[in-house]
Amino acid sequence: MSVLALKLNKVRKLFYKRDDKSGKFSRRKREVVALDGVSLVVAPGEIFGVLGPNGSGKSTLIRLVSTLLIPDSGEIRVFGHDIVREEAVVKRMINRVSVDAAFFKKFSPLENLSYAARLYGLPMREARVRMRAILARLGLKEEAFTQPMEQLSRGMQQKVAVARGFLTSPILLLLDEPTTGLDPHSKRDVQAFVREIRDTHGATILLTTHDMEEADRLCDRIAVIDNGKIVALGTPAELKRLVKAETGGTPTLEDVFLALTGHRLEETEVEA
Amino acid sequence: MNALIREFRGAYAFVERNINLIRRYWGWEIVWLIYSLVNSLAVTYIGAGMERISGKTLDTQYIITYLLVGTLIWSYLSVIFYSISEMIAWERWEGTIEYTFMAPVSRFTHLVGTTLFAIGYGVGRTLVILLIVAAFFHLDLTNANLGGAVLLLLAGSVSFVGLGILAAVLPLLYPERGAQMTNAAAAVLLLISGVYYPVATLPGWLQAIAAGSPATYVIEGMRGCLLHGASTVSLLPTVFYLIGAGIGVTAVGLWVFGRVERYAKRTGRLKRSG
Repeated sequence: MSVLALKLNKVRKLFYKRDDKSGKFSRRKREVVALDGVSLVVAPGEIFGVLGPNGSGKSTLIRLVSTLLIPDSGEIRVFGHDIVREEAVVKRMINRVSVDAAFFKKFSPLENLSYAARLYGLPMREARVRMRAILARLGLKEEAFTQPMEQLSRGMQQKVAVARGFLTSPILLLLDEPTTGLDPHSKRDVQAFVREIRDTHGATILLTTHDMEEADRLCDRIAVIDNGKIVALGTPAELKRLVKAETGGTPTLEDVFLALTGHRLEETEVEA
Repeated sequence: MNALIREFRGAYAFVERNINLIRRYWGWEIVWLIYSLVNSLAVTYIGAGMERISGKTLDTQYIITYLLVGTLIWSYLSVIFYSISEMIAWERWEGTIEYTFMAPVSRFTHLVGTTLFAIGYGVGRTLVILLIVAAFFHLDLTNANLGGAVLLLLAGSVSFVGLGILAAVLPLLYPERGAQMTNAAAAVLLLISGVYYPVATLPGWLQAIAAGSPATYVIEGMRGCLLHGASTVSLLPTVFYLIGAGIGVTAVGLWVFGRVERYAKRTGRLKRSG
């Protein structure tokens, strides 16, 4: 039996935030449960979606797997390696694309990718060829390669972020709302590339989104997460079979979300 | 061997990134260079004006060189300190902290890269200031032991690397105000280390604190080398002390940084950009 690409076992993560209601000078803090006993497994080569509104715990889950957070309890393993005890090994296997494409804003795409390549210890001669090939594959024009990132559109910046994530050939790619805020054309480009990465390179992909259509189109399986808990898990077809559509037709994932959580996705778009 | 090459590439990532930052923020660089230059000139002119201030005959040339050595060495050491202490602050400003901390480079490699850049940048910047200042004042370095001065400066750099790491913890712990706190730490070092006056001028309790600052030994040793031509052999105890203290402070700095990084990962402090 092959090793699981990702395994979360009863993972819990709390944050403490200042309690605004307790007065300006108070240091009292309230507890916010970001993840509450989450367990899931992802098979190698799978595109696994985590669907939920803002503040539901999606980004915390991605940050935990990225080794940027340490769980309060529970265990996370990437290809059998514990993310806390074997952090250095896990870091070599993963890369992440976040919703807010974080770059050195005055650097060009090539300079940002060059920084990434060196950080991951790639031979630069090969990396330079690969950078250009990936950027071109994502539809970035040659003249944009050397322009400062701050002069590029949001869609172009996100494509550079995807290129940076893929440049290091991760076997587990973590995509945290990679298409949020993109125009339809850019969104399609990124989605097509995500599928291509999986099909041609066999990478496992953990994708968080609050775009129902994207989850339906891309993911092999989906976990619906709400208030830090997984409320349903299955293939898109299995999830749809769980509920009956309000309209009487084939239910959408939006219908699934409404039935499972009691509220529509857009009603819960509040940052925790 | 492969692991070593990978770490070297990782370290060079920070050198190249910082060079690119200088190229892209060249306007800031010019502003800071002018600030440091004017600061050096202003302090040195205090020496040039001492006869007029006191109304007595003094060895003005000696005072000028005394102040100039202090201001230039401080300029160099503070570049080392700020380059390293700001390694986290820069990531916060740019919003790239999560990307860098997720990358498979050890904090030691991160530090090596940042230090290599800081030393090269500090030497280059200080030489530019020295060349310009030399046009304003006559510097008599005929008795100077320049080789000993370089040795002392390099040994002193190690300690400032360690102090820089300790200060880098502040922006990690305090996303909004951490960077400003490092300025306060640098200001204390400036006050106590005898940059512009002998440490003996300070009150006793400050002298006791000054004994813990590596800059005190570097600046005192440098003055010995450049003003009195102290031999390299006579400098060796100070050099060994500085290297030993530097290794100790750096080791403590890395340990503290590791603990704080873990704390930041437990509490989610890496996320906030400040």
